[in-house]
Amino acid sequence: MNAPVSEHIVKSYDAELQRLTQEIQRMGDLALAELEASIDAVVKRDSEAAEIVVGSDGAIDALELEVSHDVVQLLVARAPMARDLREVMAALRIAADIERIGDYAANVAKRAISLNQLAPVKPVHALPRLAELAGELLRDVLDAYRDRDADAALLAWARDEELDELYTSLFRELLTYMMEDPRNITASTHLLFMAKNIERIGDHATNIAENVYYLVHGSRIGQIRRKGDATASTVLHGPAAE
Amino acid sequence: MTDAPFAISTPTVGGSPRAAEAGAAPKMSARNLDFFYDGFHALKNVNIDIAEKRVTALIGPSGCGKSTLLRIFNRIYALYPKLVAKGEVLLDGENILDPSYALNRLRGKVGMVFQKPVPFPMSIYENIAYAIRHYEKLSKADLDVRVEQALVQGALWNEVKDKLKQSALGLSGGQQQRLCIARAVALKPDVLLLDEPTSALDPIATGKIEQLVAELKEHYTIAIVTHNMQQAARCSDYTAFMYLGELIEFGATDKLFTKPAKQQTEDYITGRFG
Repeated sequence: MNAPVSEHIVKSYDAELQRLTQEIQRMGDLALAELEASIDAVVKRDSEAAEIVVGSDGAIDALELEVSHDVVQLLVARAPMARDLREVMAALRIAADIERIGDYAANVAKRAISLNQLAPVKPVHALPRLAELAGELLRDVLDAYRDRDADAALLAWARDEELDELYTSLFRELLTYMMEDPRNITASTHLLFMAKNIERIGDHATNIAENVYYLVHGSRIGQIRRKGDATASTVLHGPAAE
Repeated sequence: MTDAPFAISTPTVGGSPRAAEAGAAPKMSARNLDFFYDGFHALKNVNIDIAEKRVTALIGPSGCGKSTLLRIFNRIYALYPKLVAKGEVLLDGENILDPSYALNRLRGKVGMVFQKPVPFPMSIYENIAYAIRHYEKLSKADLDVRVEQALVQGALWNEVKDKLKQSALGLSGGQQQRLCIARAVALKPDVLLLDEPTSALDPIATGKIEQLVAELKEHYTIAIVTHNMQQAARCSDYTAFMYLGELIEFGATDKLFTKPAKQQTEDYITGRFG
């Protein structure tokens, strides 16, 4: 169900809602770019690029404040109802999710700077794939938001399981790597946090998908999402002490 | 009895105080109701249940028939010639449209308050006492008690207790409207019909009336016509959306204003109509 929405009698109301959508899209574009740039900085061991990513996160924060301001104005001036109310609520929630995504991407970049001060470690090769998957998820849910496409949002929502599984496998790999040689612990710990950040980006993308679904249908996704993150129950035993 | 197409259901939105309420029994029901103004078909096969001790809001654009429906509920149309209602309006199971249902009895059970407050040109006390005397013979002491009760219920007592003998016309618009509500409840009716009761009032006076409605619904079944959607959303448990004489959608207020089932309702409440 994605019925074309006709215009309001008061045209400026449409403009205000459109502005909200544009702000969210701009935030989404920035967050995606931030995620890609942070991984690029990791792969290329480019600390300068990482610094730029860390510094750019403020733009997303500023946009989130604008969205909050515009939402308050809309609630006061328009007292939105029905679909309009869901539009406004979804925008507020989605903006908060994108802001968190930006924070996680910035943290990946910050850790890249620390990582670059250490000798390169092997498991770093898995990070781009993880980030690529998270980026695809984020792009899909942002497109679903732009198109007000609940079906596309639902598809993306279900795909987070893949990201969780990849994260679990990287988690195990890093634990093994640390057990093999304690000198790997510092770099591996940074990588572990970076991977966790990216996995959380996937979770926020699913939140966005849920809000798109709610916006369109006025109801919650009536399923329980399968989760592939098994790290909370993962135990690897090291070699027995002699 | 014919089944109504819109059964009163328990509001389902979790977490809201209304969700805890059980589905209320209908106090008043329109069944296959048609209404004609000198041949103009103003209401078309309306079926609706007005839940007991709940607030039901009637919304819709001007001319949709919401005030007409309200006015049928106390047969006020009977004052005018060439107005014809067909179908049934049941109050506690009795058809009030049946000519054998005495108008005096009906007016004692169904009180009405209009958009513009219409106090009688007499004292505040007499405005209330006049209506009571019309129905009951009470001693002066008992009448005093009833007048006070009504003014307390109308949330006006504290403001007027020291000037009961003064003319009601000296009250502010909001006070006059509360006086009219007090006058209506003085007869201890079962149903209270409010036809845009706050459209001429400022926000403070409106707030007082809305607070009053919230208190009165403990004792009365209330139907309110309003053009203010937020007021309907704030004050009512159920909302009916009417358009061109038809009942388009009827259901729990919190659902109707967040996720209406019909596109016409959505278009109207979001300001896309026309």
